[in-house]
Parts: sequence; C-alpha cells; structure tokens
Amino acid sequence: MAQQTRTKGTAAIVGPGNIGTDLMFKLMRRSDIIEPRWMIGVDPSSDGLRRAKSLGLEASHEGVDWLLAQDELPDIVFEATSAKAHEHNAPKYAEAGILAVDLTPAAIGPYICPPVNLEFNLDATNVNMITCGGQATTPIVKAISSVVPVPYAEIVASISSKSAGPGTRANIDEFTETTASALEVVGGAQRGKAIIILNPVEPPLMMRNTVFCAIPDEAAEAGALQDAVLESIHRMVATVQEYVPGYHLRADVQFDRPRETWQGQARVFVPIEVKGRGDYLPDYAGNLDIITAAAARVGDIMVAHRLGVESTWKSSADLGELPDTAATSSAPTSTATAAEKAGV
Amino acid sequence: MGDMTIRPEDAPVVTSQVTESEVLANLSGPGGETDLRITDSTLRDGSHAMQHQFTEEQVRGVVHALDKAGVQVIEVSHGDGLGGSSFNYGFSKVDEFDLIKAAVDEATQAKIAILMLPGLGTVHHLKRAHAAGASVARIATHCTEADVSLQHFAAARDLGMETVGFLMLSHKASPEKLAEQARIMVDAGAQCVYVVDSAGALVLDTAQQRIQAVINEIGHEAQVGFHGHQNLSMGIANSVLAYQAGAKQIDGALCALGAGAGNSPTEVLAATYERLGIRTGIDLGEVLSAAEDVVRPFIPRLPWMDRASITQGYAGVYSSFLLHAERAAERYSVPAHAILQRVGEAGYVGGQEDMIIDIALELAREKEELREHLDSMGDLAAIGVR
Repeated sequence: MAQQTRTKGTAAIVGPGNIGTDLMFKLMRRSDIIEPRWMIGVDPSSDGLRRAKSLGLEASHEGVDWLLAQDELPDIVFEATSAKAHEHNAPKYAEAGILAVDLTPAAIGPYICPPVNLEFNLDATNVNMITCGGQATTPIVKAISSVVPVPYAEIVASISSKSAGPGTRANIDEFTETTASALEVVGGAQRGKAIIILNPVEPPLMMRNTVFCAIPDEAAEAGALQDAVLESIHRMVATVQEYVPGYHLRADVQFDRPRETWQGQARVFVPIEVKGRGDYLPDYAGNLDIITAAAARVGDIMVAHRLGVESTWKSSADLGELPDTAATSSAPTSTATAAEKAGV
Repeated sequence: MGDMTIRPEDAPVVTSQVTESEVLANLSGPGGETDLRITDSTLRDGSHAMQHQFTEEQVRGVVHALDKAGVQVIEVSHGDGLGGSSFNYGFSKVDEFDLIKAAVDEATQAKIAILMLPGLGTVHHLKRAHAAGASVARIATHCTEADVSLQHFAAARDLGMETVGFLMLSHKASPEKLAEQARIMVDAGAQCVYVVDSAGALVLDTAQQRIQAVINEIGHEAQVGFHGHQNLSMGIANSVLAYQAGAKQIDGALCALGAGAGNSPTEVLAATYERLGIRTGIDLGEVLSAAEDVVRPFIPRLPWMDRASITQGYAGVYSSFLLHAERAAERYSVPAHAILQRVGEAGYVGGQEDMIIDIALELAREKEELREHLDSMGDLAAIGVR
C-alpha cells in the first residue's frame, strides 16, 4: 500500500567532494521528487561529510558497505567517486535494486545527456553522465546531426585550472576518450574527437566549449539547409538552458566553406559558454555545474518514472532565474571585464 | 643583472652532477663527447609554419641531412603534438605516424622524438608512436599544469622511451613556480625538463633565472633543456645563457622553421656554440647545407619578425597562434596583430586556437559598431550639426 502512495524517492550521494556537495544542494533546492538522505565517504575528516550532516543528511565515512547494511535503502545513488570505485560498487547497487547515476568515467551503463537520449533509457538501472565536456557538447552535435550528416565532430573544452580536480588531472585521457566516444554514440557523429585545455588565468575563465562539425558543403552556404541547422542549434541551447541556465552561445555560430587544409571539409563552429549556477561552486566552474545539473535532472526524471509520478523539476524560470541571453552583444563586455580584472 | 659577457670558460663542468645513466648516455654523440645535445624540431615545430602539410619526401630529406650532420635527436609530430590533426589546429596532409615511420627508417644514428600534449594526445597515441619506432617522448603541458602528465610519463617509461618534460609558455610562471612544476614532472618519470619559451617572450635574464631555478630543483636527478623562439630575436642568446646556467638539451629548427617568428635556428646554434668552444657534435658544414639546400627550397614563407610575431613576443602569446590569427584576420577583416594583442590580454594558453575566432568576431563587431557610430555622425554633419 505504501508503495502506491509514495511520491518521493530517497537518494544517497557517494563521494562527498565538490561534485557530491553541489549535487546535494541541487537536489535539495530543485527536486520535489528526490530527498537526498545519505552522504557517503571514506574519510572521517571530510568537510563534505560534515557539511551534509549539518544540513540534516545522514553522513558516514564507512563507505558503500555501511550504506547497504542499513534497514532502509535509497531508491537512487549518485556516485561521484572514481571509475575504479564505481566498477566495484555498481554490482552491489544492482543487486540491491538501487538505480545508479554514475558521474565517474566508469561508464558501465549507457551514456546519458538529458535532452538527447534520456527518454530512451528511462528503464536503465545504471546510467553514465559522460563528462562535463560531453554534457556541454553532445547536445549541439546531436542538434546538427539531426539535420545534416556529421562525418566528424570535434570539441575543445577549455576549463579553469581551479575547477579541475586531482582525479581529472591524473586521468585526463579518460576525459578525451570518453567524450570522443559520446560524440559518436550520443551526438550522432560518425567520428568524434575531444580536446581539453586547462587555463590558470585569474580571474578564472568560464567554461568555454567549441563544437566543430564537418557538414555538407551545401550547409556552409546561406540557404534553407543552413537555416535549419542554425534553428536546430538554437532550439537545443534553449532546451539545455532549462536545467543549466548559464549555458549560452558566446558568439554567433559560424559556417565556413570547404578548405583544402581541412581535408576538403566544410564546417560549422559553435561557441558555447557555461556559467555555473553557484549552488555550491563558484560560477566559473560551469564544467562542474553542467554535470551535476544533468545528473540531478536525470535522477529526478528517472525516479519519477519509477514511482509513476510526474517529474516536478524546478526549471530556472520556476525559481525566477532568467537564462543568460545568447550574448552576441555581451561577449565583448565580458572579455573586456576579464581583461581589466587581470590588470592588463 | 651581473656580468652578461659570454665566455666559454664560464660554462659549468659537464655532466658531473647528472646521475641517471640513460641521461648521461645522451652526451656521447656520433661526433664523440659533447657538452650539450641539440634536438632539432624542424619536423615538429616547423609543422606550424608549414600548416601541417609536410610530405614524406620532405621528412626523409630533412632527417637524412640532420642525421648526417650529427644531430642526435630529431622531433617529428604534428605541430601541436600527436593527435593534433584537427579543425582546431589544422589537419595533417600526411598521417604523422607515417611520417614518424619514414623518419625512423631514414635515421642511422639519430633518435626520433615525438611531442604530445596531454588533453589532446593520449597514451594510445604514445604507444602508436613507439610502435612506429620513436624512442624519445617529449610531453608538454602549460607551465602551471604539470600534473596532467603523470600517466603519460609513466606510460613512456613503461615503453622504455627516453622522457622529456616540456613546460610551455614558461614566461607566465615565476622561476619558483616553474621549479615546482619541473619537480612534478621528474617525480612522474621525466629525465629532462625543458623551459619552453613558447611565446618568444623571455629576454636574457628572465630566461636564465627560470633555467637556473629549475636546475637548482632537479639538476641532481635530471637534465634541463631550453626551447627558444625568435619573436624578440632572443632564441640564440637565450640558448647560450641556458647552456651557461647548466642546461644540457637545446632545441632548434633549420631555417628557424617553427611557430611565430620561428625557433632558434639549428644551424646558428651550431655555429654559435662552436665559436664559443661548446661541443654539440654537429658538423657545421653539413648542418648549414641541411638548412640551405634541403629545407630552404621547400619553405613557402620563411618565419620572420614582423608586426604580428613581434606582438606575440611582446604580449606573451603562444607562437603557433600566428597563422591562425592571420587566417581569422583575413576571414573577418580585422588586423592579425590586434587579435594577438587581445589574445595576450585575455590570457589564453597553448591549445586555445578556437578563442582566436571569438576574438576576431569581437573585433569585427566593435569595428561595425564604430562604423555605425561614425555613420550616424555623418548624418548629423549632413544636416549641419558640427
């Protein structure tokens, strides 16, 4: 009987670092479906565990085995640890019937980007959030590949050094390889390539992603096909803004005719900037914001689906936040300001 | 700043403090014992100036000539390192692994080196390069981000490759910071760490202080190298100072073929060091011939200190941005030097070639706004407003 009346699910966050903490805040503020109840770590002196406890979560440093030994188990677990830890834990979650949202590069379950393929994976028991760069760029590649064939997609993710933790740094190949693979599997490109750049400049740069796609020559010329590509990109940007309000075009999309030095390919250039929402992390850390926002959104929708209720995710508009406007005109100002602050 | 006179007797005693045997072994070349080792980067840094259009024939010709001249290490890769062939950096005309194989095939005594930038190239690329016969792995990071290279140094050592760390845009870090970053690379397995003046922005003592600081930190365990650019015409002078401070590996490129205003020319390094009595193991006549007879004929445009490349040195901008800025300048009708100046102000680092498009668009917009403004003033003038 209790099952039928349940309209909320419980969540455990495994990994009390920056990502886990930001995720906790997002769930508390933006989801009516998911109640974050446990924060799990392995280090008793963790700040993240202390913070979660002060906010009313049950916090334990005794790891996933402690969590799974409790009388009541979560409906969903968000894993923000490492690929190795998730590979170890995933079978345990599966055995306990707990839905797992994997924010590590382990990628045991399918890659998920909410606006692209969540609806096809609602019954999965383990889903993977790709990478921050993958969350920022696969929607754009998908927007383009749904209008014209994309034989090759390439992305460059520039993030501030301060927002790249030791895990990312020690395993940077996982970022490039996982993201490249998602450009194909999720984005719909025949071949994907990903590049990540860490920039230490102060004040820290916002996360900036470039998407380059090879496109048919016809789409590089002004006309109906190009308009359709452009419209698809703008529509996708608006969709992502529903859960990542700081996601916007930093400048106009650029179409270029084929060049010999591009192996004879025409291309489209899409400059995406992601300003974080500051739920816990500073706003330059758009890379962390976009993956926690996507994970929270995925969790909310999947738990609602399991409970048979409507997702009540609070979009930015619901919370009275306006998405950043596609800032063709504001870009020079922001750069000038950054330059001024840098003292140059 | 101390005595800047360059004298051979100022050169520190050779190799006495270097302990790692592989590294010590570097110092004996085909020309007998040497005081330093020159790595020629014509076929890697020069790839920028060639818009990554090297052919196998050109690679074979250059390797043959350098090998014959006694150059001990020849670097072959896309300009941006393994995996650089892309929209962002320019596609290679010939697959770099085919070029590496050709170079390995052509060399009789020289080792073939590759460059890779973690975040772009991966361990997978490194293994392919090793399988193609490359034996020196040069692993490059921005000067403050050495810790992204740990897995690549480990993999290179596992493969049995000689390892070199590359701290790019070294002018952006203080000597102390650079020493700390060099330590990270050595602990990860680097047998040499280079101070890399990617922007050609270091001027004499600012170069030497950085090299000295790195030597003080790692000199008893690993070698130190210097990679210079000519944007402010300091490549050779900085390389001499680097040697005097104790650097044991120096980069050059034939005819300066490289990014920005080009690299320290290998043939000028050879001549200058010989004049100073510093042994490089290079036959001067042969290396001069390699530059003049082999490389010069195929270069479309000699690297030169023009307005744009001097701006790079002055503003501290990554040298390989040059041709990208020129292309964006042409596409959006804004000046290349203005793009580079603003790239410097924004603090973009190596690899962020895509930002050049943002900046060019920004300048084009400002130009348009100015024109509209002037047009509206014209309207006022037409109705008699002064």
